[in-house]
Amino acid sequence: MNDLFSRRKLINNAMFTLTGVFTFFSLFSLFLILGYITYHGISSLNWNFFTKIPVPLGETGGGIANSIVGSAKVLGLACVFGIPIGVFGAVYLSEFGNNRIGFCIRYCADVLNGVPSIVMGIFAYTLVVLPMKGFSALSGSVALGIIMIPLVLRTTEEFIRLVPGSIREAALALGVPQWKVILRVVLPTASRGIMTGAILAVSRIAGETAPLIFTAFGNRFWDDGLLHPIATLPHTIFTYAIAPYDDWHRQAWAAALVLMAVVLIGNIGARVLMRSKGSASH
Amino acid sequence: MSPVEELQQSPPPLSPAAPPNPLRRIRLSERAGDRIFRWTMLAFGAMVMILAAGICWELMRNSKLAWDAFGFKFLITSVWDPVMEVYGALPFIYGTIVSSIIALMIAVPLGVGSAIFLAELAPKKVSNILTFFIELLAAIPSVILGLMGIFVLVPAVKSAQPFLTKTLGFLPFFQGHAYGIGLLTAGIILAIMILPYITSISRDVILSVPQVLKEASLGLGATHWEMVRMVVLPYARSGILGSIFLALGRALGETMAVTMVIGNTPKISLSLFDPAYSMAAVIANEFSEATSDLYVHSLIAIALTLFAITIIVNGLARLMIYKTTLSKGRRS
Repeated sequence: MNDLFSRRKLINNAMFTLTGVFTFFSLFSLFLILGYITYHGISSLNWNFFTKIPVPLGETGGGIANSIVGSAKVLGLACVFGIPIGVFGAVYLSEFGNNRIGFCIRYCADVLNGVPSIVMGIFAYTLVVLPMKGFSALSGSVALGIIMIPLVLRTTEEFIRLVPGSIREAALALGVPQWKVILRVVLPTASRGIMTGAILAVSRIAGETAPLIFTAFGNRFWDDGLLHPIATLPHTIFTYAIAPYDDWHRQAWAAALVLMAVVLIGNIGARVLMRSKGSASH
Repeated sequence: MSPVEELQQSPPPLSPAAPPNPLRRIRLSERAGDRIFRWTMLAFGAMVMILAAGICWELMRNSKLAWDAFGFKFLITSVWDPVMEVYGALPFIYGTIVSSIIALMIAVPLGVGSAIFLAELAPKKVSNILTFFIELLAAIPSVILGLMGIFVLVPAVKSAQPFLTKTLGFLPFFQGHAYGIGLLTAGIILAIMILPYITSISRDVILSVPQVLKEASLGLGATHWEMVRMVVLPYARSGILGSIFLALGRALGETMAVTMVIGNTPKISLSLFDPAYSMAAVIANEFSEATSDLYVHSLIAIALTLFAITIIVNGLARLMIYKTTLSKGRRS
């Protein structure tokens, strides 16, 4: 009896120690990655890195200014596609969507969220690159915008649902038409949450590389307008990482550090926003 | 927002617990402006469905030549020769599936174990912070993980190969030379990528197991672990499986990190040290260089296959997660 008890006790302790070790492993891998990239990237960060465009092979110096600007351009344009569709779609889901159509939209969004980004890239390729006969910033942002839509849709829906019904009722009781209530009362009330969702979506697509390979394509110079190939940060990291030059590797680490900083700041910032929002509404 | 958080926050669809919409009741008296508004919003929402259908349609339209030329055999032949214009997708399907299986074998025990630790053992505050950190792992762009793979993991696998061959070399999987790049390396990178999904969703599912069930088993004299094994895990099984499927969907479609470490050689080999290729990787590598129409269509046919697989896997995953969370309403 006693024997059995101590054995069960032992198993209990052993298993829970094991789960603790597993958790430690997971966290360890995160900090290993963050630390390693910071360590390797930080030494190559300097003013030139942010303000110069790449120099021809063999010369040292040069930077990735065009990639940073290109990324900003593509992301900005993606937001123009992605955020309105996501937010207004979410208005439908939260205000009118407790029905079969709403379920279908939700399910589609969830499944689309899991579709590989490279497939979205191919879609943007057939949709924009083929008819326009050339890689362009525009096609890159279409690809990223498409990836954004389901993400924004689902987070925004959640945040609009958090708006208390009493606020809607109060406005309706004053005789305001429903569409005005939603646009002028509900959406502004949820605006902080919507922003949170948008930031998270942007920081997610900021790191997307695969769909950009055959839409934005990359460029070693400044690009003009939206209809030419354009350099983006993740694509530059990819190109530099698989090239055999040490100087490029150095720059890849630095660019990775920049990209990671942007993504993590976006992520953490959005969560902080969300947390204060949550505590305010309860 | 990463799907992990999105999942945590998304309300279950058509949940009985969803608050009744106060606007529903006045639908009858709604004005013309309201009706226009509702239809406009529906149009925006429907964009998602149109998008899904559109992707499917475009991929089918643009892969037609490949299906016409090779038919179903496209999926089960393994010759990939752009010069002779013969294409078969089997090596890519093999590489995708095997690297994903390796990833799952590493990530499932780690992820579910961590989830148990975070849900059952760690104090709520600590658990929230640690989960936040683990979820940050999902936010790291895959191209950065690929970079880590090239410069850290590839040398590590190379140096571990003699040991692995010596101890496990009787298995065909661990024979042969190590180049560092290959299926095993890709699998490890993928495991790191999908770990946060499994951990964070499983943790939520485990947290949603009713307290009374746990107390009952403890009251019968079970140890804490026995409670987890015999009450919590069976109850949360469907949700945990869902999280694993979701992670599998991620692993199947992951492109950049895999492209950078898998070796990009279209051959099928039992050894995990050998370079291989995955469906997403071949599209990323060869798409912008594909010259002939048949070549492009073959690559898009691979994309269509990948799309179909991930739709099925994700669709199942979502249903399983809905099922667990639905019965309990909203998680707190």
